[in-house]
Amino acid sequence: MSGLVVDTQACIGCRKCVRACGGTAGIVVENRKARVTATCTMCGTCVGVCPVGALSIEKDEGAGSQDLSSYRDIWVFAQVDGDVVAPVTFELLGKARELAAQRARCGSPCDVVALLPCGPLASSPVCGDGEGSGAAALVAGGADAVIRCRDELLAAPDARRMASWVCELARSRRPEIVLFGATGFGRELAPMVAAELRTGLTADCTVLAIDETTGMLQQTRPAFGGNLMATIVCPGHRPQMATVRPGVMAAAVPDPTRPGTVEDVALPAGSPVRAAEALEVLRRIPRDDAASITDAERLVVVGRGIGSKKALPLMRRLCELLGAGLGCSRPLVESGWLEYRHQVGQTGVSVSPKLLISVGVSGAIQHLAGIGGAQTVIAINTDPDAPIFGVSQYSVVGDCNEVVRELVSQLEAERD
Amino acid sequence: MMNVMVCVKAVPSTTEVKMDPVTKTIVRDGRQSVINPFDASALEVAVRIKERLGATVGVMSMGIPDTQRILRDCLARGADFGVLLSDRPFAGADTLATSYALMRGIDKVRARWAEQGSGDLSLVVCGKMAVDGDTAQIGPELARQLGFACVTSVCEVLEATEGALRVLREVDGGHEEVRVSLPALITVTKDVCNPRMPSITGVRFGMQGPVDVWGAADVGADPGRIGLTGSPTQVVRSFTPERASGSTPIEGDAHEQARAIVDMIKEMA
Repeated sequence: MSGLVVDTQACIGCRKCVRACGGTAGIVVENRKARVTATCTMCGTCVGVCPVGALSIEKDEGAGSQDLSSYRDIWVFAQVDGDVVAPVTFELLGKARELAAQRARCGSPCDVVALLPCGPLASSPVCGDGEGSGAAALVAGGADAVIRCRDELLAAPDARRMASWVCELARSRRPEIVLFGATGFGRELAPMVAAELRTGLTADCTVLAIDETTGMLQQTRPAFGGNLMATIVCPGHRPQMATVRPGVMAAAVPDPTRPGTVEDVALPAGSPVRAAEALEVLRRIPRDDAASITDAERLVVVGRGIGSKKALPLMRRLCELLGAGLGCSRPLVESGWLEYRHQVGQTGVSVSPKLLISVGVSGAIQHLAGIGGAQTVIAINTDPDAPIFGVSQYSVVGDCNEVVRELVSQLEAERD
Repeated sequence: MMNVMVCVKAVPSTTEVKMDPVTKTIVRDGRQSVINPFDASALEVAVRIKERLGATVGVMSMGIPDTQRILRDCLARGADFGVLLSDRPFAGADTLATSYALMRGIDKVRARWAEQGSGDLSLVVCGKMAVDGDTAQIGPELARQLGFACVTSVCEVLEATEGALRVLREVDGGHEEVRVSLPALITVTKDVCNPRMPSITGVRFGMQGPVDVWGAADVGADPGRIGLTGSPTQVVRSFTPERASGSTPIEGDAHEQARAIVDMIKEMA
């Protein structure tokens, strides 16, 4: 029977698991040994805190375990945004190449295959052939093969149709791994595919690697705002699927001389893609780019520590000089200093900039949840014990307004 | 009349979540869980449709028996009945096993509606994501299992009729206005509407109204597709991320600190 198991030989009765479990009392300590109770939900929190590794979650394999040996390649879903392939696709290809190399080292060589659904040939340059086309870019970016379907039905990003297309291909060709960008569209599409193929899906991964002893894909994602990382595997089902945050993996330098094949597939007459009723899009409202912080490469995030609304023009000036977006913590939205769309955190947006300058933010866990994807965080705060310094790479203890004023004047001087 | 189901999750009360400064793990101090804030908005969307068009609104959750408290609160805020899926075999479920269990539960509710001659399910409303897991997978996975159309990240319901919804949704690069025929499943963001407070009569209904607790056998769930056994994914390790010797301090007065930051930015560019 599946469940949480205590190694009573190893258990030292420290009660850390009991504290981690909290209100539901799924684990108790009696006679200096931990015991699992009926209210355990197998969430796994206690497994991570056990200092002696006495806890584990054991699992029976379901009857659905498949013959895994017939699954082979690594697939990357290429998301087309208007006339270009979305940048995250190339980041996925860069990672897929590394994974393929790892698979080869453990005796399971495979190809990296990009799936490119797009409109008819004439509809956009991305659907064409040769230089400047989506297929050429995908091969240059690391794909050994491109499976392309040029059909009016796949011209728009309609997740229901796209899911039917991916599932149909995956059933007949059996990929080992399928990767999607964790864009809005990718996070709608991937779960639909996973549900139909009845396989596992890990959301928003920041680290992917092959376990070279088992050949399995290890998928690591932040939990609780990046303060805890969880590594997840999918042992008994294929394909192994993950969505990956944009901006986390590095794209390979495009190599236009790389060889690669392009295969055009058509939608068969009885394809479920034809049967899927599309959403009727009545209107598209492009985002005001200046206000978009989700995709910003640089971000200045301000918190209550800036003292007053009067400090905002200074912060905006810093953003201008850096070409950065402006984000904020929740109290600023609640005080009406900035609009909700600027809010970064668990109940706002998650951001993944290359550089994040955090100004006067103390770093409540709900806020930290939104900045887990940031590569470099420079935090400025008067309080040396502020939790934000626990996640920043660089800590500046000092009056944040004074430091920003200095920053602005030095950046202005540099520019002149 | 429309039939609407709302799926909700009990999550740790976010204002109470603290980090243990030494072990860097979540301190769960035993305080009560609350409804996932996104799901509170989902319920409000359903209740507003009920007020405008007339609808039966059911609310469903999977969780420990204590989750009934949250379903009763949903009744106080306008839902007509609640169903809690609670059973040992459901425990340890990942998103695929959870969405399957919810699908089975919803199917049982649909069978009951069919028996009563009160029509079929036309709409499922879920929160966009749960604040504790943050996968945003349950909505689309459930939609696929139900065979329903799916619209994620709805931030405004513009028009609701018995046959279709017209909504504004967040998409990559902006917003989209879409029309979707029912039946369908939508997931909503927090700004879709503000959840109401319970009324006095609501609170009374919340105490007395119908909340069923169903186990795996009650909903005819395949034991191989629920709980830990039915979950393809498995957490093999959780750990505190290494932050190479912590934060590097930038010393000096404001001028020197700013100098160091500017140099660093130039280096990165």
